[in-house]
Amino acid sequence: MKRDATIAAALFALIALLPLAGEAYWMRLGTIVLMYGVLAMSWNFIGGMAGYPSFAVAAFFGLGAYTGAVAQKLGLPMGLAWAGAGLMALAFAVLLGLALLRLRGHYFAIASLVVAEVLRELVNAATGLTGGGMGLNLPIPTMASVDAQARFFFYAMFGLAALTFAATLATTYSKLGFGLRCIRQNESAADMLGVDTTFYKVSGFALSGVFVGMAGAVYASWVYYIEPPDVFDVLFSVKAIVMVLLGGAGSVFGPLIGAALFLGLEELVWRNYLEVHTGVLGLMIVVLVLFLPKGLLSLSQRFGHWRPMG
Amino acid sequence: MLTLQILANGLVLGGLYACIASGFSLVWGVLNVINILHGSFIVLGGYLAYFAYVTAGVHPFLSILIAIPAFFVLGYALQRLMINRIIAAPVLLTLTLTFGLDLMLSNGMILAFTADFKKLVLDPPLGTIAFGAVVLPIDRLAAMLLALALTGMLYLILSRSRIGRAIVAVRMDREAAALMGVDVKRIYAATFGLGAMMAGASGPLLVMIFPISPLGGPAYLGKAFVICVLGGLGSVPGAMIGGLVLGVVESFGSLWFGPEHAITLSFSLLILMLLFRPHGLLGRKGYE
Amino acid sequence: MSALLELEGVTRRFGGLRALSNVTLSVPRGEVVGLIGPNGAGKTTLVNVITGVHPASAGTVRFAGEDITRRRPYQAARRGIARTFQIVQPFSGMTVLENVAAAAMFAGGIAYGDAANDEAMQHLRFVGLGEVAHQSAASLTLAMRKRLEFAKGLAMRPKLLLLDEVNAGLNLNEVEAALELIRAIAARGVTVLIIEHLMKVVLSLCSRIVVLHHGELIAAGAPQAIIEDPRVIEAYLGRRYSKAQAGADG
Repeated sequence: MKRDATIAAALFALIALLPLAGEAYWMRLGTIVLMYGVLAMSWNFIGGMAGYPSFAVAAFFGLGAYTGAVAQKLGLPMGLAWAGAGLMALAFAVLLGLALLRLRGHYFAIASLVVAEVLRELVNAATGLTGGGMGLNLPIPTMASVDAQARFFFYAMFGLAALTFAATLATTYSKLGFGLRCIRQNESAADMLGVDTTFYKVSGFALSGVFVGMAGAVYASWVYYIEPPDVFDVLFSVKAIVMVLLGGAGSVFGPLIGAALFLGLEELVWRNYLEVHTGVLGLMIVVLVLFLPKGLLSLSQRFGHWRPMG
Repeated sequence: MLTLQILANGLVLGGLYACIASGFSLVWGVLNVINILHGSFIVLGGYLAYFAYVTAGVHPFLSILIAIPAFFVLGYALQRLMINRIIAAPVLLTLTLTFGLDLMLSNGMILAFTADFKKLVLDPPLGTIAFGAVVLPIDRLAAMLLALALTGMLYLILSRSRIGRAIVAVRMDREAAALMGVDVKRIYAATFGLGAMMAGASGPLLVMIFPISPLGGPAYLGKAFVICVLGGLGSVPGAMIGGLVLGVVESFGSLWFGPEHAITLSFSLLILMLLFRPHGLLGRKGYE
Repeated sequence: MSALLELEGVTRRFGGLRALSNVTLSVPRGEVVGLIGPNGAGKTTLVNVITGVHPASAGTVRFAGEDITRRRPYQAARRGIARTFQIVQPFSGMTVLENVAAAAMFAGGIAYGDAANDEAMQHLRFVGLGEVAHQSAASLTLAMRKRLEFAKGLAMRPKLLLLDEVNAGLNLNEVEAALELIRAIAARGVTVLIIEHLMKVVLSLCSRIVVLHHGELIAAGAPQAIIEDPRVIEAYLGRRYSKAQAGADG
């Protein structure tokens, strides 16, 4: 753990220096990379460590975005709004986890995917509170300059990413992380060995929600206009998963590295092939799953327990 | 009587739904793969029928006959070349793979067909037919009957043909089937082909009734999910029952809550089923 | 001195099938009790009910005086009930050491980290797997996996150890070694309930035997009495043999 922490400290120190590069483009890209880093690291708690194929990231992100946005509209300062969004996402994750984590495999995956859709529809319908399909305008941040604003949000995401990473580190090298790994290997055996599987799974799920919720809220403040389909987009879930697959599931640095790599590739495609953007994204996913399912970081590490069919 | 009309509407819709779900259910039940492409196959079939009609006057019912072999081959090839490579992998990988493939397909369709909604309007229109107090549009009724015919055909294939029996055997016990000399890889490919075939063949039916767009796949996919959970996995009768139930629920739901909430309604139903009866109304055990 | 494990009227139904019918038995503290019966008698189901994998449809299970009928498996584990499995499945993605450390941590209550690792090493050495501690559990042979099961069971610091067909698939030498291990475990004061087919094992280890047949307890008592019990003979060999035996004796 000490070694990982030292490497991380150096890595994060380097990232913190990015704004010095000056260009707004790099800061914007950096902010997005950090945001997806949070998403990927968060998914890793439930998907990588515990082995539950969750597609709920989009649900937590959207929920956090709207909670933060509504809070700000009601007058709360950004910091509090973000914290509130985190708490909301945490509470929701616990309740949802208690309901859904009884399901396994496909059923769990689909249920978690559907939750985002249902939330989106509910937010759409609650026009009084959320503006519904017409979207929600947040108070525009008033900062010294455009640059200062960009830097502010960069460091906000940076702080969140650092926090998420710290949580990843702490969990990986603790009884919780060990328990989640046992659950992924063989849940009923883990139960027999004394692991309170419900408690551990819900904890993992809660961790997968709280930081994503905050990221959603920060995102909302950053772009200061959100619509349900933007923030409840299933692509958030899928990209988080793909990033972790790319970097190596269950590992400490994998999600972050996967996020950086994936977004780097995506930026190249965006700039050059706008029309086929989603198609190329799909192609990337296909190639990754077929040829590198175990990720780049841990090519030799076994990706969980491959159950044969039937 | 209004209730009877709504019920009839629901049943007609349900017949169509049964068709689109049966192929999906088969693939999920036998290969343990959730084919995210299924919805887009339906849309693709619909587009092909639309353009065949609009440019060459090919009647959609005829397009179905073309779609059947075309989509079977497409599905077979796709499974054999790509999906089979990760067939034993965790749920996550197969889901993500078909998701990626779906992104490619829908992007392709946007480029080829533009993102506009298209609906096939028959010229001359077929009109309506009345059964007592219940009035049904003939095109919907015909579509439902054809959908039922397709579903029935799938059922016959599974219960009477050699390959169908092999598929059922693999579903029950893959290892035992292999020991009996069944080429499991070929069966997987054939099953996926059948699933694609059912999807592609229902496209022409659906495009006559609902407008379609390249991004409409997920909506049909969502319905297929719900139907599978309602009716249980891997069985045609299950898809039938699930389809009819969903059709009726949506019909009455539209009346009570408004049509824009149809999706929320069916998804809420899905979640309730998953929480309380994940093996379907028939109580049949599917794969996890 | 009350028994460590007491079952009273335990019944377990699966749909229409009665896997266990009104089973009443007790396992005294510190003894090695054998559970035998023909295939399908319900022996593994009994263990599943005791550990909470399947809830009992009726009856009570009492452990150290406490009613644990409604308890879930992890709770049984933490209270001191450990079990091994017929079909051995270690955490194949983890090392041998990690497998045992998991048992020590979650059931045995040892702290995460060095404490659990040290405890695990101790148990691994006790069963003779000290050398392979850092190998992947998937790389072990069957006999070694069975010993790993023992190590895990011990790391759980159990008061009661339920052994389910630990000798299946082992050759004669390996069975002997397993016997020695079980004796050593019992000598440490662990109460053992062993499901076993091999009569030689049962007779040499157990001070008491209970016999299950079609989910019912048909006999219980000292080993010698059991093997001569006509109901037991009938259960294993059928009525005609039992009658013939009685005829030959009488």
